[in-house]
Amino acid sequence: MTESALPEGGLRRVAIDPLSRVEGHGKVTLLLDEAGIVRQARLHIVEFRGFEKFIQGRPYWEVPVMVQRLCGICPVSHHLAASKAFDQVVGATRLTPTAEKMRRLMHYGQMLQSHALHFFHLASPDLLFGFDSDAGRRNIVGVAAVHPELARRGILLRKLGQEVIRMTAGKRIHGTGAVPGGVNRNLSRADRAELGALVPDAIDWAGEAIGLVRSLFEANLPLYREFATFPANRLSLVRADGAMDLYDGLIRARSPQGETLLDDVECGEYWNYILEEVRPWSYMKFPYLKALGPERGWYRVGPLSRVTNCDFIPSPRAEAARREFLAFDDGRAARATLGFHWARMIEMLHAAEVIGELLEDDDLSGTELLAGGPRTARGVGVIEAPRGTLIHHYRVGEDDMVVRCNLIVSTTHNNESMNLAIREVARRFIDGRTLTEGLLNHIEVAIRAFDPCLSCATHALGQMPLALELLDADGSVVGRLRRD
Amino acid sequence: MPAPVLVLAIGNPSRGDDALGPLLAARLEDAALPGVEVLVDFQLQIEHALDLEGRDRVIIVDASREAPPPFEWQRPAADARTLHTTHALSPAALLGTAMRVGRALPPDVRVLAVRGDAFELGAPLSDAASRHLDAAWRALDAACRETLGGLAA
Repeated sequence: MTESALPEGGLRRVAIDPLSRVEGHGKVTLLLDEAGIVRQARLHIVEFRGFEKFIQGRPYWEVPVMVQRLCGICPVSHHLAASKAFDQVVGATRLTPTAEKMRRLMHYGQMLQSHALHFFHLASPDLLFGFDSDAGRRNIVGVAAVHPELARRGILLRKLGQEVIRMTAGKRIHGTGAVPGGVNRNLSRADRAELGALVPDAIDWAGEAIGLVRSLFEANLPLYREFATFPANRLSLVRADGAMDLYDGLIRARSPQGETLLDDVECGEYWNYILEEVRPWSYMKFPYLKALGPERGWYRVGPLSRVTNCDFIPSPRAEAARREFLAFDDGRAARATLGFHWARMIEMLHAAEVIGELLEDDDLSGTELLAGGPRTARGVGVIEAPRGTLIHHYRVGEDDMVVRCNLIVSTTHNNESMNLAIREVARRFIDGRTLTEGLLNHIEVAIRAFDPCLSCATHALGQMPLALELLDADGSVVGRLRRD
Repeated sequence: MPAPVLVLAIGNPSRGDDALGPLLAARLEDAALPGVEVLVDFQLQIEHALDLEGRDRVIIVDASREAPPPFEWQRPAADARTLHTTHALSPAALLGTAMRVGRALPPDVRVLAVRGDAFELGAPLSDAASRHLDAAWRALDAACRETLGGLAA
């Protein structure tokens, strides 16, 4: 793919800034040729600047709490990835059962609430009303008006996930539950019973959400099969026996044809297998598999990769749903970009099942919370965050200060895939002459399938207008549109 | 029984002037006014619709790029057509969501929009925002006490 920082000769640039319904700020630039054909698509994300600078120089024990401020949507994932990395620094090669299960419970609570938010309030408006429908209707309020029970369930599922987080992390946001070497609290039997009473409904609702996605595929199969779809390598953690594991595991990568590219790679060795390419037009790097190189080695992470990468899901209803998904339409749904939504609901069901199982485990009420051992200088924590694989890599000085860190967030892993998805959609739906709400929303639908974290940005009032800008080949603005 | 006054403070304390909401919340928590519950979050979200129920007054406190300095009181009306984002709900959309899922809206919902200008990760509160913070605190404190006084009467 040809890349450059500036518009190339004979190309017209269409800027969409920022995206609606995606956190933070982003801008899409489409480079068109004189015939109006999309040559390149670039998703610009500026908010990833400064992560490492923000963390370096701080004492390591502060970091698991501090990194929650990187992202307002999934702070728990950063909290746990950092904690896992610093487990190694404090020599805790094996956590106590109570610590391990408390963290797992926290993580699956995060998965539940994030997936519920995404599907019921980010994706379902597009899926239920169509990509061309009126933008004013295509939002959660629109969903609530037409499907009040669906909207109510979305809110209650998210609420359950957040209650799990509050009880395991101590607070709904800025929790402190995980610490290097373990956790600082357990869960009482009464708290377990209180949460456990909410799980059966959550399992049923997640199962029904899977049925809803399937029905949407069935109702418009050609569109769902092809929309923003392209062959992609996939990468995720899996458990040593090949099971889905969202909290811990080994790195596995497979080709679009299912060939194994990586398997059984220890997380602490990721940097021997994954490299990051810098391109002049983006603050966000482009990771790729070292063995394949940047042209062929890019990959996709997230729910669709996890569901198709594992050998099985270790909870009964989610595993049945996985098998149904893989078999649907001769496997095409499992390769479709909109299959992200289906896979996400399978994971939401799995998360609800795991939460129910964990809450019955008396280890959660145990009192051995911390482990330790010989101190080391380096730690790598890898976790499957709701949007995909999240890597935290730290080096700590003898004075306990973080001297180096490298964070690869799921949106960075998906960088190339998102650009390709946008390009596929743009080529098909935008002719370069007419910008309409419906056409632009097709691009947003493609991006929302990945659900990028465009950081972690602020959400001050008045900061999220939707502005469209059309620039001529020489850079002159020939059209603008803004939607507040 | 929920507290009659809910103050919902929004913002990321590590992003410059976005800390205005959490800082005002901290002052309010220190004041420990009986009958006032303080919730802090990075951003408004759908589940906050459930937090509105049973309140006499809800005050949403957030930094704003558009409010005139130092702050502005705003009265959001539940609106089904005002948002284009669900990852950061507007106050109006939050009310719309609550209404649509059958939740009774509080009789008095207002937004304390405090002017902020700089939002970089790791940046401190700007000098201007520090001044706005003090002015907004006096208004927030008075609004809470006014409501509580009215209820006592």
